Amino acid sequence: MTTTLTPDQLEEFGNELDAIRQRVIADLGEDDAAYIRDIVKKQRQFEIAGRALFYLPPAWPLAVAALSVSKILDNMEIGHNVMHGQYDWMGDPGLSSRMYEWDNVCPSEQWKYSHNYIHHTFTNILGKDRDIGYGVLRMDEDQKWHPYYLGNPLYAVLLMVFFEWGVAMHDLEVENLVAGKRKVSENKALHRGIMRKVKRQALKDYVLFPALTGPFFPLTLAGNATANLVRNIWAFNIIFCGHFPAGVATFSEEECEDESRGHWYYRQLLGSANITGSPLFHLMSGNLSHQIEHHLFPDLPARRYPAIAPEVKALCERYDLPYNTGPLGKQLWSVASKICRLALPGRSRSHDPEPVVEPALAA
Amino acid sequence: MSLAQSLLRSRAVAALTSPHGVDRYLEIVNPMWAAAEVRARVVHVRRETSGEHPVATLTLQPTSTWRGHRAGQYVQVGVELPGSSRRLARCFSISSAASAPGEQFTLTIRAHDEGQVSKFLVRDARLGQVLHLSQADGEFTLTGSPATPSPHPVLLISGGSGITPVMSMVRTLLRDGYDRRANRPVTFVHYARSAGDQIFADELAEIAAADNDIDVHVHHGDDRFSAIALARLVPGFRDVDTWACGPAGLIDLVCAAYDTSDRLRLEFFKPPSVASGSADGDVTFTTSDRSAANTGTPLLVQAEAVGLTPVFGCRMGICFTCISRKTEGTVRNVLTGEESSLPDEDIRICVSAPVGDCVVDL
Repeated sequence: MTTTLTPDQLEEFGNELDAIRQRVIADLGEDDAAYIRDIVKKQRQFEIAGRALFYLPPAWPLAVAALSVSKILDNMEIGHNVMHGQYDWMGDPGLSSRMYEWDNVCPSEQWKYSHNYIHHTFTNILGKDRDIGYGVLRMDEDQKWHPYYLGNPLYAVLLMVFFEWGVAMHDLEVENLVAGKRKVSENKALHRGIMRKVKRQALKDYVLFPALTGPFFPLTLAGNATANLVRNIWAFNIIFCGHFPAGVATFSEEECEDESRGHWYYRQLLGSANITGSPLFHLMSGNLSHQIEHHLFPDLPARRYPAIAPEVKALCERYDLPYNTGPLGKQLWSVASKICRLALPGRSRSHDPEPVVEPALAA
Repeated sequence: MSLAQSLLRSRAVAALTSPHGVDRYLEIVNPMWAAAEVRARVVHVRRETSGEHPVATLTLQPTSTWRGHRAGQYVQVGVELPGSSRRLARCFSISSAASAPGEQFTLTIRAHDEGQVSKFLVRDARLGQVLHLSQADGEFTLTGSPATPSPHPVLLISGGSGITPVMSMVRTLLRDGYDRRANRPVTFVHYARSAGDQIFADELAEIAAADNDIDVHVHHGDDRFSAIALARLVPGFRDVDTWACGPAGLIDLVCAAYDTSDRLRLEFFKPPSVASGSADGDVTFTTSDRSAANTGTPLLVQAEAVGLTPVFGCRMGICFTCISRKTEGTVRNVLTGEESSLPDEDIRICVSAPVGDCVVDL
């Protein structure tokens, strides 16, 4: 394992993070429950307002905005976090990771496997974490270059526009089908699950609600499609800024064999990046603007991340570890340049983590 | 079913509210509106007994989704405990006569020291509070229609708060016009710790005094169940249809008295299992009907050791793939050392090691 910490330091580092986690868990209670219920209520209100405003054609932009906000809240602060089991302790079936289904074409069951298990366990391990490039993009120098990747920026734009579809298709491992590493028959159940959700969403957003607005059918249809698009673009950008800005490290499978808990934390820290912003921005990003804290503690209610972030950052300073953060514009620019740079054949590099954009000490 | 209900349960509304379902929207407007879920509002609270383990009867107005209950059935009640908002669910027998869909019913609950839910419901439930419910369930019910005249006599035996399902049966019989003409004598034998602990004392006295062919025998204190005493009351009781409900001690005595008779139907309360603080005891996997000595390792490892293949993901407590229901016993989170003894709790089996006996739905 190549780390900048000794095994003893890693263990100590892990213990300190465990202590933060314990403190939050012991403190979970009414405030957290009231918070998530309030967000759910707001999301439903935005949705109802959005659907209703389509009856008033001049209010079309407002309707799209309300529905977009509803879909973003549903997928990010509610869906993503509930499906991580962050609110399972409440015992409310409506907020249980086992039952929750989100407004997205990717079935929750399938997403929980590829996201909660594969991505969160093997974060940024090349060859294991399929979120690196989503099987479409070249997002790391260690991914072998191929003329196909000349289209990297184009694929990224397409992935952004059709993000929910990309996330659903992601699990079908199309690239492995093409490479002959996966059989079509293995996808049967997944395919059925996706089709069921696709049909439901298409029926709701592209048939029923437009039909209910009668003569405004085309306007409502376009509005619903726009809201889905807005949610796709927003989610893509937040997620890509959480893992692909300059300074985020990737790891090899060999490095992570027989990994200690401390090293797991270390890898989660180095494999994630934060975005700075206002409380409203954090809410709309599902607190994935605190991707570092989320990767360290995926099952703690996301509303707690802003409060523990300073402690995590202070810990990083003490251990002289990078804490990758920056405003949205900067992180986006960094991701975009990486996507473009990696379209071309690049040098291979050592597994040492790259220097970060903003060292913790300087921030 | 009203038009509004048919509409709310229609496929069109389901499609419009997908993927969350119509109840997730209705609950925001009014917790008593539901298309599928069952909830109930507390409309009356009556103290039955006071003392160390007080008893209260709650009258509940369920949502229109309540399908009613048969005498002897129980319902699962979910409450959010103040201070944590953690919803806990426990089963309670229904004490009122059989109910029709949407009709009010009562729960009569004794506050146990370890029972967070029973303590809360008895001491702190307030009028207007909304509880989460399951539909009524359970096979401990009178056979056939309670009002149907039948030549077969009925024997009811209960102990402590085990009187609730039996009381529901008696109340149903009386409400439905049961009397001497039915020619179906009912013997009701009850055991309570003391006169002060006796639930429904006044009503039992009234039933005993009335001319209704229901024979009530109440025993207090050291006056424990005995087969000889029962034989004096109901000769040949082993051949009489019997419903018995109460604490494990009483049920053990009744079972011994009835030997292998198939006329005996049982319902009993298990005392909460206490953590032994060690890896003793047995681990039981109910779905696959397997059991093994507890090795102290996480439940996932123990399940695999007996040949089961539960689904799992990270094996380190982060991905929630391996969540299973623990129905009894205490588990310790191997990462945090935190112990939990809640019954019917969803746990991550990859990081939960049993402490003492443990029962898991696997």
